Amino acid sequence: MLAAAASAGADVIELGIPYGDPLADGPTIAAAAQRALQGGMTLDGALVLARQAASDGAPPILMFTYFNPVVQYGIERFADAMLAAGVAGAIVPDVPLEETGVLRAEFAPRGLALPLLIAPTTPLERAVEIAEASDGFVYLVSRLGVTSAARGPDLDWIAARIAELRERSTRPIAVGFGISTPEHVRAVCALADGAIVGSALIDAYFGTLGAEATARSTKLIEALRAATGGPRPGA
Amino acid sequence: MHRPDARGYFGGAFGGKFVPEVLYEALAELERGMDAAFADPTFWNEYHALLRDFVGRPSPLMEATRLVEEAGAAKVLFKREDLNHTGAHKINNTVGQGLLARRMGKGRIIAETGAGQHGVATATIGAKLGIPVDVYMGALDVERQSLNVFVMKLLGAQVHSVTSGTQTLKDATNEAFREWAARVEDTFYVIGSVVGAHPYPFMVREFQKVIGIEARAQVLERYGRLPTDVVACVGGGSNAMGIFSGFIDDLDVRLWGVEAAGHGLDAGDTAASLNAGSIGILHGSRSYLLQTPEGQVSNTHSISAGLDYPGVGPEHAFLKESGRATYVSATDEEALRAYHRCAEREGIVPALESAHALAHAQKLARELGGKGLVLVNLSGRGDKDTRQVAALEER
Repeated sequence: MLAAAASAGADVIELGIPYGDPLADGPTIAAAAQRALQGGMTLDGALVLARQAASDGAPPILMFTYFNPVVQYGIERFADAMLAAGVAGAIVPDVPLEETGVLRAEFAPRGLALPLLIAPTTPLERAVEIAEASDGFVYLVSRLGVTSAARGPDLDWIAARIAELRERSTRPIAVGFGISTPEHVRAVCALADGAIVGSALIDAYFGTLGAEATARSTKLIEALRAATGGPRPGA
Repeated sequence: MHRPDARGYFGGAFGGKFVPEVLYEALAELERGMDAAFADPTFWNEYHALLRDFVGRPSPLMEATRLVEEAGAAKVLFKREDLNHTGAHKINNTVGQGLLARRMGKGRIIAETGAGQHGVATATIGAKLGIPVDVYMGALDVERQSLNVFVMKLLGAQVHSVTSGTQTLKDATNEAFREWAARVEDTFYVIGSVVGAHPYPFMVREFQKVIGIEARAQVLERYGRLPTDVVACVGGGSNAMGIFSGFIDDLDVRLWGVEAAGHGLDAGDTAASLNAGSIGILHGSRSYLLQTPEGQVSNTHSISAGLDYPGVGPEHAFLKESGRATYVSATDEEALRAYHRCAEREGIVPALESAHALAHAQKLARELGGKGLVLVNLSGRGDKDTRQVAALEER
């Protein structure tokens, strides 16, 4: 699946480390995490997959997980393990800006990125601070609520917020939550530097395995890729 | 009394605001609303008027004359939270948060519930104040607690069955947080215990401390001295924080929290987070947590649905670390024995939750002898548990 994502044209791959109580995630990703946990997936297991994909020449991989599994694993140990796996960094959505110091202290010396999230409820001043504290890019949440393909992005809000942020910060902006179709990607990429798709990808291959799952994922990613209007990675 | 610091930590170590960014500003808005209300005497006047006329406060203090039969044992006193409207301490908090929701102009209330007690208490204040209530409840609990589901519906609340995860309280709480994230502008989330992200643990304690303030005055008036020991059960820990608050600065008064050991602390089939867990993050705060070495939240077990929660309020973690309170546990079997004993010898069928506190209070009364004066928070009444106990004992 990781190889398919790479060859279908993903610029960055977000790889989830499953957590059983994901507060930022809707039913699709929460259920996927449950299946992964029942299947025995762990933090180390996810990093093994990441290392394999990275050594096969995948685009940059960002791990996605919640804070408690990282804390129990040990933040320093996690940072070392990501570095060893060739991973670019991690997104940890339940760590607010004020608490990111302990992560950054281990990530920054190793060159690991820690993209942070801005939500529609975030006041502008705070959003600017978050953008400036983000590495790699800042993750703009497209609407209220949790991850899910059931509700699309709030394009008016995105446009307004991006215009405000561009005046104050040069950080690249990627938009996620509710992005599920090429139309969404086209609209978002006209405003932002990238679009992030999660639930829609899981929905696309849900219930299938192996070649069928890979084929479905490839088809969706290629369609989304084409809608970005940008050059394919490496092209 | 002791307020957490600006980041929401008790003692610099427990608590915090570990939530997705969308909720961060919602918590800040809540904190601003709470601070304004707490500084406004008219808010407290309204709260105390409802506690008096709607809840039936002050709740009585009763001497339990027959619970411990041994001659020379310490006196045991019950703070009768079971006599509150809706049958438990839960309503003290929902009255406070309901009034705050109205003051903040929120047109809708959501709540999580396990066994349904907090759901009923929230639906009750929603009906009283005319604010629509949506309750999130694990699908397994909906099935097990059909009576409370019916009561919530009678009170006009909508009950949403949560089918994610383990389909119990932890997942209902996750779902309530997700729902809040989707509708922060018009929705007030009423959390049922001293858990969750700051300012919830502090706010809920402030709405429950009426228990301790009343009890302290009642004991002093009647016995001319303070109790030697105060005992309360701890799941999330709101009734315990409520009664502890009255005595926290009386350093000679020993505070005991009694957790649900379930089948036993070593059995792995327990809900005793402070006794059998380790420090971790759940539902927005750092506290003790029953978890796997990988940081996944463990399944818990207790005979008492109200204590069957993998986490515990961060202020309890702080009181444990600081040594101000001591946390012990009672097994399902010990709680069940205390449940029967209280019914037969005091004429009160206690909630199974409160029965855990009773189990420890009896031990203490015997150990302390005549010098002791043991105050127990009888946090709820037990009619809700009669069907479950009957089914257990028919087996």
